[in-house]
Amino acid sequence: MVGLHEYLILSGLLFLIGAVGVLTRSNGLILFMSLELMLNAVNLTFVAFSRYTGRLDGHVFVFLVTAVAAAEAAVGLAIFVNLFRLHRSVNVDQMNAMGD
Amino acid sequence: MERILFYAFGALAVLGSLWMVTRRSPLSSALSLVVVFVALAAMYALLDARLLFVVQVWVYAGAVMVLVLFVIMLLNLREEESRAAAASWGKFVLCGALAVALATKAFGVLAGVLAVPPPVSKDWGGVASVAEILFTRYLVPFQIVGVLLLAVVVAVVALAKRAR
Repeated sequence: MVGLHEYLILSGLLFLIGAVGVLTRSNGLILFMSLELMLNAVNLTFVAFSRYTGRLDGHVFVFLVTAVAAAEAAVGLAIFVNLFRLHRSVNVDQMNAMGD
Repeated sequence: MERILFYAFGALAVLGSLWMVTRRSPLSSALSLVVVFVALAAMYALLDARLLFVVQVWVYAGAVMVLVLFVIMLLNLREEESRAAAASWGKFVLCGALAVALATKAFGVLAGVLAVPPPVSKDWGGVASVAEILFTRYLVPFQIVGVLLLAVVVAVVALAKRAR
């Protein structure tokens, strides 16, 4: 039987990889996908704890996180399409419209 | 058997996410993220989360990733300049070393905590059992998510319309 710690370490590694992606990439869409990866890593923690404590509350939270992530995907991608029409690029390093 | 499946799909998820973060083309990033999502769906199946297994494949690997791929192809994005990707290789190596150190330390600390999952009924994690708790104890968050989805539909239509 696989122990809880193995799921937690896998989830931590996936979260770390997603965080590295958010911090090092400049393409807005890859940034967005790294964010989705981080959300999924947290979801795995919820499901693992849910199984190892025998309570279903974690499943409900994962369900809600999935709904919010899908909503975020719709709004985020609409914003990226509009940004691309303005700047002809989705490179977030060049986005400084609110900076000065 | 369960251990073999866990390590196979876990390795697939880690390799897929590493591939996603290091690709220069957004298209290959998106396709490797689909692999990660399917591997995580397999993890949910290993954890007896039947409903979430289906939701993961439908909503994440299906709906969200189709939307991302659609936008990537709509924008017809060029690959990033190689300068930005080359400059971050040192950071990737440093983060990898930190990750291995963290994982070995965490393995030592966490090993043995809740090692054996409690036995659960046959329906545990299915549609009926999750719906029962979702529509009783978590009814208010569920309704709030419904309002959020409505607001998102209106917002996306407004964003798409103004761009014309």
